[in-house]
Amino acid sequence: MNTGVKSKIFDAILYFIVFIAVLACIVPMLHVAAISLSSNNAILSKKVYIWPVQLNLDSYKVVFMDRSMVRSLLFTIVLTIVHTISCMIMTILAAYPLSKKELKGRNFFLLLIVITMYFSGGMIPDYILIKSLNLLNNFWALVLPGLISAFNMIVLKTFFTNMPESLEESALIDGASYLTILVRIVLPLSTPVLATLSLFYAVGRWNYFMDSLLYITDSRLYPIQLKLYQIVYNNMQLEISTIEGGLSSNLLPESLKAASVMFATVPILLVYPWLQKYFISGIMIGAIKE
Amino acid sequence: MRDTSVGITSRSMNDVRADKMRKFMAYMRQHYMLYIFLILPIAYFIIFKYVPMYGVSIAFKDYNMFDGIWRSPWNNFATFKEIFGMKEFYRAVRNTFILNSLDLLAGFPAPIILAIILSELKSKTYRRISQTILYLPHFLSWIVIGSLAIQLFSTQSGLVNILLERMGFEPINFLTVKSSWLVTYVMFGVWQSAGWNAIIYLAAISGINPELYEAATVDGAGRLRKIWHITLPCIKPTIIILLILYVGRIAQIGFDRPYAMGNHLVNEISDVISTFVYRVGLRSGRFSAATAVGFFQSVVGMVFLLIANYVASKFGEQGIW
Repeated sequence: MNTGVKSKIFDAILYFIVFIAVLACIVPMLHVAAISLSSNNAILSKKVYIWPVQLNLDSYKVVFMDRSMVRSLLFTIVLTIVHTISCMIMTILAAYPLSKKELKGRNFFLLLIVITMYFSGGMIPDYILIKSLNLLNNFWALVLPGLISAFNMIVLKTFFTNMPESLEESALIDGASYLTILVRIVLPLSTPVLATLSLFYAVGRWNYFMDSLLYITDSRLYPIQLKLYQIVYNNMQLEISTIEGGLSSNLLPESLKAASVMFATVPILLVYPWLQKYFISGIMIGAIKE
Repeated sequence: MRDTSVGITSRSMNDVRADKMRKFMAYMRQHYMLYIFLILPIAYFIIFKYVPMYGVSIAFKDYNMFDGIWRSPWNNFATFKEIFGMKEFYRAVRNTFILNSLDLLAGFPAPIILAIILSELKSKTYRRISQTILYLPHFLSWIVIGSLAIQLFSTQSGLVNILLERMGFEPINFLTVKSSWLVTYVMFGVWQSAGWNAIIYLAAISGINPELYEAATVDGAGRLRKIWHITLPCIKPTIIILLILYVGRIAQIGFDRPYAMGNHLVNEISDVISTFVYRVGLRSGRFSAATAVGFFQSVVGMVFLLIANYVASKFGEQGIW
């Protein structure tokens, strides 16, 4: 009896702690969403907590009508897709041969790649390289430097190595080339791990900020993170405010910034629930490797 | 006699060579495709990883953009003498270690505690929904998180300051005071990563043999005792390995997070090696000095990482993993 009550109290405390943790996770986002949806008056009189007061969509109208903002979002979508596809092709091209024991020089190639996990040139030598390749202010400066993550490559290599050899042997005897085997047999059997790695590359690209800060000065090539940075941190005006004045001059910078944050975040929030399980299987693959 | 024997040996040598050649050709005919696959990836690593490693040599030179890396003159470690004479360099090194140590203190135990609590929840639905939300911050960029922090702590409309005012306090701009900035930096680190990093511990906990718990229940152990005497010891190997790897990264710091969270009013504590390299190198154009700082960090970071991996693999050999 006594222990039953104790256990109930214990449960209640646990539920409460988790509830607080969950609340802490979403309150910052709810607050910013609320600011972006509230009227100037409500914001200035400090009435906005985590739900909108006097619903007002003006800041979203401004953000969505702003060409530079929409262009930046579309640019980031294209960039993310191109980057992810290129990364996956390159990662597969590296991982497949390196998973083959019959590959002569395999250890040498692996060493070549593993060294890059421990030592890198650093920010300035990277910058000088991009500059001397004439890639500053170029789409490809945001794609090429991150093509293969050595870690992801090793995860995929391990996955390929653990596949039963018999699957490929009979095809080899039948005279199929490695390319045919890779495309017809190996890749179709690896879809879960391929999905997970693609997601890691895609989210990484979507969120990464430093390379655009370094390599991009042309505002037409601003990825959404850099665009958001300019708006929130540097108080950069949206293009439309200089063109139309009217609507946005009445808006508080606070609500405009909040709407921009939501604009840059909502795409992730939309895809996240559907893809969650791939992410989780991904961290497990990584953990086994470690 | 001698001539013929030489003739025979050289002929057989040729045979051996031809034989090797034939074997090699046969091998290549069968496996050439694998090497074709490798061409692009290896080219990538050479161009984008090894060329910058060569570029590190400008830390030892008076780099001049017109002369390029190769022709710029060596400077007898003058760059290193220069950076070791800079106050801001020591500040950046110190801050890197301070921020990483605080991260370790708060950010390392948080996911362990969270995982244990989550694993104790009875309701599976409640647990699943909580997890989904707790993982979410991991998928936000640091620029977004920095923007959230700015809005949350804003003295005009920020939630934190509104609540403080309601309770009768003066609004404080947390992000511009050194001590409260540190707390914010660490808290948002925990906020971003605790849920996500709990996944590994949750997996370790779900791998524990349920018979252990049953036996403990029969012996009359309460739930706290079971956590203390079964759950924790069972996930100890995971904790140790992750701790070692965490400590191995203590000299390394990314750019996005300190840059997005920091501001010039708290530079004294927020300026770390990566942001310092950016400022000195790309803002002031002192490429050699910035590269030297980066090189210093790479070497120190590599030493830590190698030691950590060595220690971790030693643990692995003892069967702890």
